[in-house]
Amino acid sequence: MVEKVLLIALALFSISIALSLYRVIKGPSMPDRAIALDTIGINLLSAIAIVSIVLKTKAYLEAILILGILAFIGTIAFTKYIERGVIVERKSND
Amino acid sequence: MKTNDVIIQFTAKIVFFIIFFFSIHIFLAGHYTPGGGFVGGLLTSSAIVLLVLAFDLNTVRNVLPINYTYLTATGLLLALATAAFPMFLGKPFFTHFFDYFDLPLLGKQSLHTAMLFDSGVYLVVVGVTMTIIQTIGEDE
Repeated sequence: MVEKVLLIALALFSISIALSLYRVIKGPSMPDRAIALDTIGINLLSAIAIVSIVLKTKAYLEAILILGILAFIGTIAFTKYIERGVIVERKSND
Repeated sequence: MKTNDVIIQFTAKIVFFIIFFFSIHIFLAGHYTPGGGFVGGLLTSSAIVLLVLAFDLNTVRNVLPINYTYLTATGLLLALATAAFPMFLGKPFFTHFFDYFDLPLLGKQSLHTAMLFDSGVYLVVVGVTMTIIQTIGEDE
């Protein structure tokens, strides 16, 4: 029973990732693509959590946290590039 | 154009410590659980990269006055010294030792010289990653 629920949740997460991938490919503007990539990262994180329940292991918990951190930093880098045109500033202009 | 990114700067100040302590945890737990020097070093450098993204290169250089080239050299020296030390005792290259110690506050713990090698790897990874990012970031 629990196995079936977990597999259904995994399928729903993959559908969600596929829909976000459509937005990445089709998205008319760059912010659409950045937000879709962030959504893909978060859905992937949840899928890893469900896979770690299915496999009955605790070895993936670090991977979940690392994926969250990397999605956060990557989204910040994307947004800074979209807004300013540079990712790493040498000196702040204020 | 005057910019004001108070939210990202405040978030970065807090999240930096969360990522840094998590990287230390992953580094220390590498012997028994997934993790180790490489992932710990990458996470530490990603914490510093978060500061670089939220602020700028000069501010981060004032806050963390580290020459990352020297950090890489220190890590290589530590790894090589750990590997070469058993040769002076008549043992083969890369022989590791471990023993159990009664540490204050921590109780009985096993200390292993593989930890020293791993901290060398950690320092090299942090140094190389930050050198690459600083060099790419400050070219015109």
